[in-house]
Parts: sequence; structure tokens; C-alpha cells
Amino acid sequence: MTYMPKELQKVVGTRPIRPDGVDKVTGKANFGADMVMPGMLWGKVKRSPHAHARIMAIHTEKARALPGVKAVITAEDFPPIPSEEAFVGEGPMNFRDLSRNCMARDKVLYDGHAVAAVAATSPAIAEEACELIEVDYHVLPHVIDVEEAMTPDAPLLHDDLFTQGVEPKPTHASNVAKQIGFTKGDLDAGFRQADVIIERRYSNAPVHQAYIEPHACVVSVAADGQTTIWSSSQGQFMVRAYCAKLLGIDISQIRAIPAEIGGGFGGKTLIYLEPLALAMSRKTGRPVKMVMSREEVFRATGPAAGAVIEVKLGAKKDGTLTAGEAVLKYQAGAFPGSPVGPGCMCAFAMYDIPNAKVTGYDVVSNRPKVAAYRAPGAPNSSYGVESCLDELADQLGIDPLALREKNAAKDGVKALHGPTWQNIGYAATVEAAKNHPHMKQPLGPNQGRGVASGFWFNIGGESSAACHINEDGTAVVAVGTPDIGGSRASMAMMAAEILGIPVERVRPIVADTSSIGFSFLTGGSRVTFATGMATTQAAEKVVEELKKRAAMIWDISPDAVEWKDGKAWPAGANAGSFEPLPLAEIALKAGRTGGPITAEVSVNAQGAGPGFATHICDVEVDKETGYVKILRYTAVQDVGRAIHPSYVEGQIQGGVTQGIGWALNEEYIYDKHGRLENPGFLDYRVPVAPDVPMIDAVMVENANPRHPFGARGVGEVPIVPPMAAVANAINDAIGVRMRDLPMSPPRLRAAIDAQELPRAAE
Amino acid sequence: MPRVHVPNQAARRFTGGQTELEVEANTVRRLILELDRRFPGLGHQIDEGMALAIDGEIFQDAYLAQLNPDSEIYLIPKIGGG
Repeated sequence: MTYMPKELQKVVGTRPIRPDGVDKVTGKANFGADMVMPGMLWGKVKRSPHAHARIMAIHTEKARALPGVKAVITAEDFPPIPSEEAFVGEGPMNFRDLSRNCMARDKVLYDGHAVAAVAATSPAIAEEACELIEVDYHVLPHVIDVEEAMTPDAPLLHDDLFTQGVEPKPTHASNVAKQIGFTKGDLDAGFRQADVIIERRYSNAPVHQAYIEPHACVVSVAADGQTTIWSSSQGQFMVRAYCAKLLGIDISQIRAIPAEIGGGFGGKTLIYLEPLALAMSRKTGRPVKMVMSREEVFRATGPAAGAVIEVKLGAKKDGTLTAGEAVLKYQAGAFPGSPVGPGCMCAFAMYDIPNAKVTGYDVVSNRPKVAAYRAPGAPNSSYGVESCLDELADQLGIDPLALREKNAAKDGVKALHGPTWQNIGYAATVEAAKNHPHMKQPLGPNQGRGVASGFWFNIGGESSAACHINEDGTAVVAVGTPDIGGSRASMAMMAAEILGIPVERVRPIVADTSSIGFSFLTGGSRVTFATGMATTQAAEKVVEELKKRAAMIWDISPDAVEWKDGKAWPAGANAGSFEPLPLAEIALKAGRTGGPITAEVSVNAQGAGPGFATHICDVEVDKETGYVKILRYTAVQDVGRAIHPSYVEGQIQGGVTQGIGWALNEEYIYDKHGRLENPGFLDYRVPVAPDVPMIDAVMVENANPRHPFGARGVGEVPIVPPMAAVANAINDAIGVRMRDLPMSPPRLRAAIDAQELPRAAE
Repeated sequence: MPRVHVPNQAARRFTGGQTELEVEANTVRRLILELDRRFPGLGHQIDEGMALAIDGEIFQDAYLAQLNPDSEIYLIPKIGGG
């Protein structure tokens, strides 16, 4: 692989219009719910009204008798799957749990858990049939809160769940699925060296990824078992593999076709509807369409984990950190598998702390099973650590940014989880933040400024890409990773750069599972890096072939041909005297010179390069109402090399906005029966345009040498710092430290009262 | 010889508590095979749930990755993302 220096790049780094943009803004793009087929049935799900209950019986006779109903399914229609842990998708996965999450077996574990599904000739009939299904429940005590779930007398969700990672192996079942830990140095000695020790407890709420497009699919099973799935997801190969596993059919029987995706952010790295629609299509021989309502999305699909974070920091008077300790308790939802592992590894990643320890707990409770959400696990632990660091800076009388600068991890520093950092840009983000004009802007009454930093690993992985030259010299790039953040544009740009043609002459598409080699899903900030690597290599192979074809036309050796500006040139005077051959002319003669010009490359990309960010947030607090206005926000991030700067900025702005929502308003509200009370955007408050200022995305370009154009993943780290940045800004504005999220107006009002009323009484 | 750092929990389960090991191997595949030969089950555990940080760079599912005689390798949980 060759790294193309920035000064030689003509397409990469520019800002062309995205190829999918016009269809999206004119409403012509086909999302999951837009697919329609002749003879199609409509599927609906019967869901549990209980947070925790044993299923005693399911009576489907009345539903089956309703005219128009063609199929009713329950867990009995799915093969029982033994407990089998594997790392697939975006984290550890147990296919037994995945099956039981899609359709409850024996017990329901959260409000909204699927217990049956119906396929009928209209959505109204399917809904009516769901009403006619009667379920006998034995209601069980439930638990929602993570720390309550950890107590020995808490209601048990799974009587076969024993805490992993503790010795001796427990003899009693528990809601604590796993304990995990990382240590470095001598913690006690580190705290003994400290002049100041600070210890705090923080919490943040589980929040939804809040993608605009609800889950949707159409599945058609032919008489010979050949199955086609159209659905909106973060990975068509993931959909294919999971459906095959849950229904016990061969992968070769399934073709998964990706629809446009209206947001995922990690929440569409799992399946919910597809196996149900497949089972009902198989029963009826007709295509089955299923579309979730917003209420179903909230009640039954994966939120991000919430967590309790206990942090202890020790430092010298000059601000040098001597020790850090954190205990992390993460919500997994109804089945094990919270992102507590990465939460542990990210907690202190930004800092050079010689003595540190992090202990994490993965805890089940009667909530929907969590799914990934941008940098899963990192925002939770970072909120605690970055808030505590701010409190430490206050106690030491040191500027918070200077404290971060003093302790910043640099190349050669060993991270808590083991690796020695290399080629990281964290210190550069702090430096850029320190020098940004934002830091000099004056603040008024009740206004404050907060800073916070964040880290995310980024990953590579398996990706496939094909590059085809059309007869007129234009090109097609086909990839196996859905386009969530503008990746079609960046793939086209990288191919155009290698081919030496305008980006408008490259048409990028996302191919189905039968049309391109295997590709891992879109997630982990990996597509521009890994699929970009496959795309670049495919384009390079095409260029080699183009040179051979030109050599054949000129009747010279291929070694005597070079490729530049989209044309074949004789490589020096000894090669002969020929007019340069443009790509279009070579393409026109492709048949005569050996046939179509095409190449497909599959890679397992390594060396993604970690991502670091430092954010600055200004707020104004209305002390009367508790309302927090975000006045100004600057996000500095090491992006490696921005392939399409606008979409990198978009990723940063989107991640920050979601982080602000997590900080200020978003939370699930359950009643005393464990039923979700706010399953809709009216009561679950995500930020809208008037809630955020224009977010200034500052790109530090510390090129990743493992990528042909220097790219790093950029989509996840932007959500890591905002919660602490906002909390630190609020504290700076009014002197009230918010240690529990969200910092919504009622909660902030209560905190202001709690601080000011005792003073008034004095 | 490459030096492998095993997390405490995996060490308790597979290596009798040894958290640092020297392993004769020049690729990740050979490293995993050798670890599994010496500590049955550890290779499967690495395959299913662990990544390798080799000289500071994280590798996942990468049998072909090369090791140097002085490589420092940390076994860490696999990384996903959103």
C-alpha cells in the first residue's frame, strides 16, 4: 500500500456534492418502508405490557380466525438455540439471546418484548389480530435501575446467569453478567503520592439512538426456499447471517438487499423484524412487510447503555496525575452485553496516569437489550472522568485545559489497557483548542465555559469493493457496506483520485449480498478506512489493467506505460512516441484488448488509528427555569486526513448534537410497573435545530500512515466529550455541579434550589 | 522472543495466573496455536473474543499479522463500535 501525500491529491480533500444527495432531498430515495411487492402481506407484532412476566399460554385462535389473517407466529416457530457466545456484529453476541430478544420464549423481560406476530392482508387487520391474541402472564417483580439490579435480593432475570470474571465461580445466579478489570502500576502508591485526592459518583441515563427512520423490511421466501430480504440496516451481510442463524437455514438461501438508511448510529447493527417477516413469508408463500412505529422503536429496540460511574483521582499540587480509579456499572438491558469493556478502556485513555485501575460490571435489568451507539461505552465513562477532572482542576486552581495538556497521553505512553500509543493526536487537539478564538470570547452573567476530551479506538475489518470501467470510460464502484455518513461520496472520490478522472464520472453503489464479497457492517468508524482501502486497491488494479491495454494498443511493454491524469502515457522517450490514451478510448476498445476491465478486492484492514477529540462548550443558564442554552460549541478532532471535509464536519456536528441531547434532556421514564412512559419524540426530547448553535468542527489532520490517503475513523469520538463539556460549562456558569444526567430543566432547577435554599436560610 | 501480556481474568482461567509469557512465534496464527498448545482453551478464547495490541497497534482477526522477535503483545477485548 502506498500513502499518497496531500500535495499530490486532486480529488481527496475537496467537497463535491454527494451522489445520493438529490434523491434524499427530493424524497425519491428508497428507504426500508418504501418497498412494495405484489401480493404483499403486512406484519405486526404483539408486545408485552409487562416488564417481567412468565408466559403461561398464548391463545391465537381468535386471531387466526379473523378474515385476512394469513399467519400467526410465536417462539414455537423458531428453532431453540443453545447458549453460544460469539463476537459478531458490534460486540459480544449470544444467538440464544438474540432469538429470544426477537421473540420472547418462556418469559418476557421488558415492556414491549415481542410475544407473537401476525401477517395479514392489511395493516389494520394485522393490528386487530394482534389485539385478539390473548396471553396468560404470571407477572414477576421487575428491576429497572442498574444498582438495584446488582443487589443480592433483586428480581432475577435469568436463573442461569452467573457472574463471569470472578473467582471462585459464583454458586448463585445474579443480574451481574460479568466483571471486568484493568490495572496499571501501583494504585495505592499512586494515591499516597498525591497531594489532592478527589472522589465522586456520576450517572448517565440510557438513551436511544433516535434515528429518524424506524426499522422496516420486506421479506419474500420463494417456494424453493430462496429468500430475499429488503431492509434498512447497518449491514446487509449481518442481516443475512443473523436471519440464517435464527431460522436454521443456509446463508446461501438468503439474499439481503440494503435499502437507504435513515440513520443508525449503532442501533441498526442488530435485527428485530427480519426473522419474524421471514418466518411468516415462509409460512404463507407471500412477501411480508413490517414497519415499526416510533413507539415500538422506543419500547423494543436497543438503547445505548446508561451507567453509574465512580471516579477517584489523585494529583500533585502542580496538576500531575499520580493515580486514577474508576468503577463502572453499565446497563445491558434484558440480556448480557453492555459496552462496559470499551467503557473501561476508554475511561483514562487520554491521560498518562502511571497508576490506574478500572473495574466494570455488565448488568441486566428489565429494559430493552442495549445496542451500540456511537463509541459504545466511551461517553458513559468519559462523562465521569472528564467531570471529575474538572472538579480536580477547580480544587487545584489550575485551568482545566492546562490540566489536560499537562497529563496528555502522547506517543510512547502505555495505555491502561496495555498498548503503547503511537502516532496519536490527542495533545494536538488540546493545543488547537487552547489556541482557538473561542477560548478568548468574553462570557456574560450566568454564562460559563466547559472543556472535555474523548477517545475512541476506531476499527478496520473485512470489506469488499469492486471497480468496473464502463464502455464510455466512466466507472462504477460497488461496496458491501451501507452508506450512513456519506461513504459513497468518499469511495467515489478515492477511486477517482486513483483513476485520475473527475469524481462525477464515478458512480458508487452499495451492493447486495449476492453481488459483492463479504463485508462486515458499517460501524466502528471503519468504512472510510477499511472499505476505502478495498476501493483504492480495486482502482489500483484497474489502473494496472488499463496500462496493459494501452501497451497492447501501442504494442509496447506494459512496463513502458505510466498512468497520469486519467490517461496512459509512454514512460519516457525509450517507450516510443505516442499520443496519451485517455481512459475513455481504452474503455472503448476493451473488448478487442481482452474484455471488460474490472477488479474486486477484499481486505481485512488493520491499523485504523485511534481518534481523539477536545471540545469547548459555552452555555447560558436561566436560573429561573433551569433551561440551558448552548451559546457556542467548538469540537477539535484528529481526523487523520479528511477525504470529504464536509462529511467529516457533518459527523462531528451530528455526534456533538447527540451528545448535547444525552447531556440535557434524553432519558427513558418508567412507571412503577416498569412501563415506558415516554415512547415518542414529544416526550423524549432530542435536540432540534433551534437547540444548538452552528457547531464549529476543527479538523486536526494527523495522517494515518496505514491508509492510502491517511484517513482515520471520525464518526464516533464526537459523541464522547459533550456530556462532560456541558456539565463543566454549567458549573462554570452558576457554580452548580450536575453529577446525574440528564441536566434537564426540572433537575437543574432542583439542584439550584438544593444549593441556594440552605444559603438563603442562613 | 515476542512477549505476551495476558489480562488477569484470562490468566486466572487459562495460564495459572501467569500474566506475562514469552512465545516463539512470527505470526499471530502461530502465536495463537502456541498459546493454545500450552494453555488449552486460550486460543479459542482469543479467536472468539479478543484483539491483539501488537507494538501499540490493534489487530483483530488477523492471523497473517507479523510479529518481531521483540514484539510486545497485549490481549484485550475485541472492539466494535456504533
